[in-house]
Amino acid sequence: MTGYLFHTDEDRRAMLAAIGAESVQQILDAQVPADVQLRRTLRIGDATDELTLESEMRSQAAKNASLGSHICFMGGGAYDHFIPAVVDELAGRGEFYTSYTPYQAEVSQGNLQVMFEYETLVTQLTGLAVSNASLYDGGSAAVEAVLMAIAAGKGRTRVITSSAVHPHYRQTLATYLENLDASCVTVPLDATGTSTAVIDAIDGDTACVLIQHPNFLGRLEDVRAIADAAHAAGALVVHVFDPVSLGLLKRPADLGADIAVAEGQSLGSPLAYGGPYLGMMACREELIRRLPGRIAGQTIDRRGKRCWVLTLQTREQHIRRDKATSNICSNQALLALRATIHLSLLGPEGLRETATHCALKTDYARRRFAQSDRFELVHEQAVFKEFVVRDRENDVRGWMSLATEQGILAGVPLEPWYPELSDCFLVAVTEKRTKAEIDRLVALEHAAAAV
Amino acid sequence: MRNTQSTRLIFEMSRPGRRAHRLPPIDVPPIDIEGADDAALGDDGASAVRRLFEPSQLAESPPALPELAEGDVVRHFVNLSTLNMSVDTHFYPLGSCTMKYNPKRNERIASLPGFAHVHPLQDESTIQGLLAVLYELQEMFAEISGLPGVSLQPAAGAHGELTALMVAAAHFRSIGQNRDVVLTADSAHGTNPASAAMVGYETRTVKSQANGMVDVQDLKAKLDDRVAVFMLTNPNTLGLFDSQILEITRCVHDQGALIYLDGANMNAILGITRPGDFGADLMHYNPHKTFSGPHGGGGPGAGPICVRDFLAKYLPQPIVVRDGDRYRLQADGSDSIGRVRSFFGNVGVLVRAYCYIRTYGGEGLRRVSEDAVLGANYLLSRVKHILDVPHGDRCMHEFVASASKLKKARGLTAMDLAKRILDYGFHAPTVYFPLVVDEAVMVEPTETESKETLDAFAEALFRITEESAAMVHEAPHTTRISRPDDVAAARRPIVRWEPGAPN
Amino acid sequence: MTRDPSRLLYAKSHEWADISEDSEGKVATIGISSFAIEQLTDLVYMDLPTSGKKVQAGEEFGEVESVKAVSPLYSPVSGEIIEVHSDLPENLDGLKDDPYDFGWIIKVRISGVGDIDGLMDHAAYQRQCSEEGG
Repeated sequence: MTGYLFHTDEDRRAMLAAIGAESVQQILDAQVPADVQLRRTLRIGDATDELTLESEMRSQAAKNASLGSHICFMGGGAYDHFIPAVVDELAGRGEFYTSYTPYQAEVSQGNLQVMFEYETLVTQLTGLAVSNASLYDGGSAAVEAVLMAIAAGKGRTRVITSSAVHPHYRQTLATYLENLDASCVTVPLDATGTSTAVIDAIDGDTACVLIQHPNFLGRLEDVRAIADAAHAAGALVVHVFDPVSLGLLKRPADLGADIAVAEGQSLGSPLAYGGPYLGMMACREELIRRLPGRIAGQTIDRRGKRCWVLTLQTREQHIRRDKATSNICSNQALLALRATIHLSLLGPEGLRETATHCALKTDYARRRFAQSDRFELVHEQAVFKEFVVRDRENDVRGWMSLATEQGILAGVPLEPWYPELSDCFLVAVTEKRTKAEIDRLVALEHAAAAV
Repeated sequence: MRNTQSTRLIFEMSRPGRRAHRLPPIDVPPIDIEGADDAALGDDGASAVRRLFEPSQLAESPPALPELAEGDVVRHFVNLSTLNMSVDTHFYPLGSCTMKYNPKRNERIASLPGFAHVHPLQDESTIQGLLAVLYELQEMFAEISGLPGVSLQPAAGAHGELTALMVAAAHFRSIGQNRDVVLTADSAHGTNPASAAMVGYETRTVKSQANGMVDVQDLKAKLDDRVAVFMLTNPNTLGLFDSQILEITRCVHDQGALIYLDGANMNAILGITRPGDFGADLMHYNPHKTFSGPHGGGGPGAGPICVRDFLAKYLPQPIVVRDGDRYRLQADGSDSIGRVRSFFGNVGVLVRAYCYIRTYGGEGLRRVSEDAVLGANYLLSRVKHILDVPHGDRCMHEFVASASKLKKARGLTAMDLAKRILDYGFHAPTVYFPLVVDEAVMVEPTETESKETLDAFAEALFRITEESAAMVHEAPHTTRISRPDDVAAARRPIVRWEPGAPN
Repeated sequence: MTRDPSRLLYAKSHEWADISEDSEGKVATIGISSFAIEQLTDLVYMDLPTSGKKVQAGEEFGEVESVKAVSPLYSPVSGEIIEVHSDLPENLDGLKDDPYDFGWIIKVRISGVGDIDGLMDHAAYQRQCSEEGG
């Protein structure tokens, strides 16, 4: 038998004797009715040894284009930022990754202190007073924030958002709201790719405005103006932010956000085809009891020593059941650990430097695309690390597939979500990209002709 | 020797000017010296940045993160890790959590660039190897559950529950039935009623009988044409397989309602019985439990769901489908409930689950459950001489003992036992769950523990019951901290470090 | 002004009511019994309504929490909340030490006439407690 089992035949005999059973089958027969027992072997193949499995999996992995083989200009909510070796080394320690939720605080102080440090880092990033210990991902975090705002809104049932918010986040929100007594209004983009129209959509029944800044198309929003309008109408502002951008841009709290959420993948987590990622969430102090998910807090032990525990647990499903703030149980503690290590390494100057690289390299890439024959920029106004390019030949998929053959993941086509931008794609430029790589990307404009 | 400095916070270790990470010089030319490719930026790009953004958008300074050297960071987190108990270091019989061994080979495979470093919006033609793995995994989940429709999208067990209830809601909406009630068992995990509430359902609780099984009379009394779904955990949270399962599923189906199976306890029944065969219409798996994904200190998990044929069209999309020898993502179904998260799912966790299932194969998976059942029954046979086990001599993969008599006789609670067992080098069992057992002590040994370990655990439990009450009340004695003050933490929540805070 | 527990009325859900009269009618001062406080163990949080809110007898008007439990507070009478003891959530030890005087929670101007009839006197309430406590 391959695998990870322990018992020798002798162990099994001794254990059955102690139980007073002849066989495991006899134990099962006493409980599982005969007519529901499966009388055949599961058809999932035979056991596979480690050498064979790894070799097969290496060959499956080798069929995929990846950062190991390709230069990545793809973004759209997941980014190729640099992950220092220390992050993998430390987060890979078994004491972290093979432990469970820290319900026994005395033997979980490592994880609890990491959670407390993570929460503090998120408050430092966002300027907001409290953070939870993580949610699943950016999309579900945005939805949880909206549900929180609806609950705080005492009867207000409208949610205002914009096409400039990540399409997956909006789709997830629509799925959740389908069965609840709430509705969502999505305003279209304006000519410069931003969401100023949300201001006019806010009314007295609006629970919150869901806005992304920098938005899905890379553009910066006037969050302050939107927040002022929302607050004047008694609505809350949910701000989807990019943690890396905060090396340069103002913090969500400074722009008027009441709840800030983010996809934290950029902070030390691999792309992994979409997950596991890290849902970040912070809010104003007065909303703390509406926060979903776990929260670590500081206290003292019986000898007066400072320590950490899970706290405010009465918000959660295991106590409040159908009245809980959310059903969330498992979170993304390991990814929160990665973000904590990552931010510890970066520090304020490292974050500023990373954001500066993104901004300046993105600006350089924009100038190169603007100079090309085939492409043009759709928005002239400021972006952070991502921007929309139009292909005058209207063959985005064809060009992308050609770029892939040349070892470049050139960007994200916008056609699935934006019919008006069906000849456009999104290009993301992180600190990892070099001038030479950007030049190679834009030079591919002529590659089609060569075929 | 334990490093006592390790419990300083990173914020307290910070010294202005320390730095662990530095990027190469920016190699792109700034805007005003176009063409001068090699021109360096004298001020780290600060002035160039100011030309790109409105002053109103720019922060005056970056966030006040801690400033540390790389050596600080490494020593800090390595030392913190040593303050945790984990499966790699300790027996972890935490009931309902299935803390089994997490195979190292799966970690190495999942970290291959072709799995770990693939962008989620890549074209399907560039990820055929990954899609093949995910497709096969869908097929495996369908076969193990006996339910053919599979979605890998949900991010955790509770998220799977929520998604499955949304699928059920879409089904009833589409057939024009207005059902607004979900039934949950009184022994159920709190996520069940919480998930139901998030889909707008009113919940009603179905009682358990004294023997831990569903009270079918109470179920029948609460079933009517308003009921959409009965959420059932089987084996239940007492570790018992409900022998009335066919009667339960029949009477729920007779009312036109659906059966949802909480798959938290699948480790007991792999290859032995299948939810689809005993009447479940929808279910979720916890691959981070049953299929050995590491728990990561509380996550990530994954929560794939399986459903009957007639419900498959409502599943979230995309789903991986096979066309000859090519794989593609199908996302064109108009009946789908839509997305429940961004991107495909927790692929890293799913790849590990796939490796785990491949390692065992069909016969091996059955052996996994048999050994889990054997281990639990063996430990039960020893523990029943130490603690009261109110629900009988047999169990599936876990059992629930009660410290109720010990509390009356000696004033020792389930919490006291849990704390004292830590001193013996074992993680505590789950305590005070399920709610239907007074002073519950819920033990799940899993199949990856030896007889010697189970013997040592039972021996430790026995010795604790012989110790002085004072010794046990004051436990733990050997951990870095003694029992924390939860009351103070909840009354005046301190949930972030602030400069100048006393330590 | 010491309130005598034996002269108060009680709801099954462990709230006490002290009925008094002023020029405009009957007012109930409402709190929770020492038995209930003991059962809840250490209190950590209390969520209270604002005055002016209307409540029905048996309706939830607030919540009290211990570390691992939440208990709703139910109004024993129908009427309008005219005063809320807003300092109480900051003084939960005070509530524990002195549930009948310092620990009053809200005052309700009673609108329904028959409400009070359904409440228990102290002796009946003590019988209920000894059954639950056993």
